[in-house]
Amino acid sequence: MTWLGPEEWQAVALSLKVSIWASLVTLPFGIFTAYALARWQFPGKQVVNGLVHLPLILPPVVTGYLLLLTFGPQAGLGGFLQQFGISFAFRWTGAALAAAIMGFPLMVRAIRLSIEAVDPKLEQAAATLGANPFWAFATVTLPLILPGILAGVILAFAKAMGEFGATITFVSNIPGQTQTLPSAIYAFLQVPGGESAALRLVGISVAVAMGALILSEVLARRAARRLGGL
Amino acid sequence: MLEVSLRQPLDGFTLDLSFEAPAGVTVLFGGSGAGKTTVINAVAGLRHPESGRVALNGRVLFDLGKGLWVPPHRRRLGYIFQEARLFPHLTVRQNLLFGRWFAPRGAVREDLDRIVAMLGIGALMQRHPVALSGGEKQRVAIGRALLSSPDLILADEPLAALDEARKEEILPYFERLRDELKVPMLYVSHSAAEVARLATSVVVLKDGQVQRQGNAAEVLGDDRVMPTGVRAAGALLEARLLRHHPDGLSELDAGGVPLFLPQVQQAPGSLLRVRILAQDVILSRHRPEGLSALNILPAEVEQIRSGSGPGAMVSLKTDAGRVLARITRRSAQALELSSGTQCYAVVKSVAIARSDVGGAVPVDD
Repeated sequence: MTWLGPEEWQAVALSLKVSIWASLVTLPFGIFTAYALARWQFPGKQVVNGLVHLPLILPPVVTGYLLLLTFGPQAGLGGFLQQFGISFAFRWTGAALAAAIMGFPLMVRAIRLSIEAVDPKLEQAAATLGANPFWAFATVTLPLILPGILAGVILAFAKAMGEFGATITFVSNIPGQTQTLPSAIYAFLQVPGGESAALRLVGISVAVAMGALILSEVLARRAARRLGGL
Repeated sequence: MLEVSLRQPLDGFTLDLSFEAPAGVTVLFGGSGAGKTTVINAVAGLRHPESGRVALNGRVLFDLGKGLWVPPHRRRLGYIFQEARLFPHLTVRQNLLFGRWFAPRGAVREDLDRIVAMLGIGALMQRHPVALSGGEKQRVAIGRALLSSPDLILADEPLAALDEARKEEILPYFERLRDELKVPMLYVSHSAAEVARLATSVVVLKDGQVQRQGNAAEVLGDDRVMPTGVRAAGALLEARLLRHHPDGLSELDAGGVPLFLPQVQQAPGSLLRVRILAQDVILSRHRPEGLSALNILPAEVEQIRSGSGPGAMVSLKTDAGRVLARITRRSAQALELSSGTQCYAVVKSVAIARSDVGGAVPVDD
């Protein structure tokens, strides 16, 4: 990558690492939350739904500050986790956490929609054929929502690639540690002569985002075709 | 044997019933909203009733008085739904074998090839459900239920979503299930024709109560329990197919009485069930001559029943079995019919529809 300077390349690599972790580690939680919201009736469901969607509507700075209050070194939970060697403060893990929280509602929405498109009667049919709820989910629901899951992961990944406000508030803008692609663009724009570097990064950003969107669109269409075959 | 007792408040009435289903096909018969699906779903474990107990061959599926509830996946029942509910992401073959993954190791396994041949779905095995017709889907659904090695088969109006031609395509497979497999079946239906073709025993439901229980001939002869009205009442005769005539008729022998029907598919020698609707039977005091109708059965009046309407239901004893005739009260008076009167029951051959003649179709190889 000769056309990218080392600092730029560092930002791109860090952003990819942060986004992949953020979208993959949250996936099991995303599937579980989506399933619970789509299929189960439980007290406080609206509260859970609201909490999941909160990062989507809160100013990212607020989300970042709340993360700092919760997971920062001075905070209770942050201090507690530090005893086990898990630290988020001013490290790439913190950037991943911020990106994960911001992408979570998008992931849950995509997966939830695909679960709701699966007729619960199919799960009943699986039950009468001897599948317990876990296996009914694993052999019937999961394969049918796979395109939705992929779409959810891609959306969360794309969101993570672009996440700025919460990240910079929570873990600052440290090159090599927490300086993701958007933070790097921001930093380059602050110094004279940084425009060309910023522009290159902007190009990469746009390409990644477009690629992700197109891919998720293709998968959504494939899902619709598949479920149309009931 | 299946023992069912249930209580469940529903819209406008309380389902409160108990019945026992012997081996063979037991049809839960009733109009829509009678509570049939509630019963079958409680047996399957898909719906939790307020109270009740269901046991299958002594194995308790639930007994809510004792707080016992076996979840549906451990009940070992094969459920054939109204809409086939095939898994769209699996091929026909994978759908058929789905239940096998979960069957206990010791379970008696139905042979895949045998079931596939019986249902005539060999050519469909690699297809996905989206590429199947309604009738094909339902045949695969039947096979899928059978191959899960069930102790009981449940069928909830499996033909209701199909058109007449498709019904005619599927019914013989249910007849074959009844005749060739030993698995008992609980079959929900509102169609008297299906009762006539399939039922070993019938439980008539109305407003959540058992209105009547008996064998198919008894229930079909009782116009008061027909959910679709008196027009569905009729007799059910057992007859052996003698031969097919070149003019398109089939000759049957019903207890020594010859019966002529429009040609049936079955092979000579097979035992058939023939449903003769009461409204298609004409009565005559003398053996009619110069009449186009081919079936003339010497009969003796057993009973005449009438209500406030113009109609009367005459039940007749013939060598072929009990035959019902629905005539007007005026005719009954004019003919001076009473219990013990000798007369003749006349049935037009063409009045007996193909769908009123039951029996297993020959196995194709």
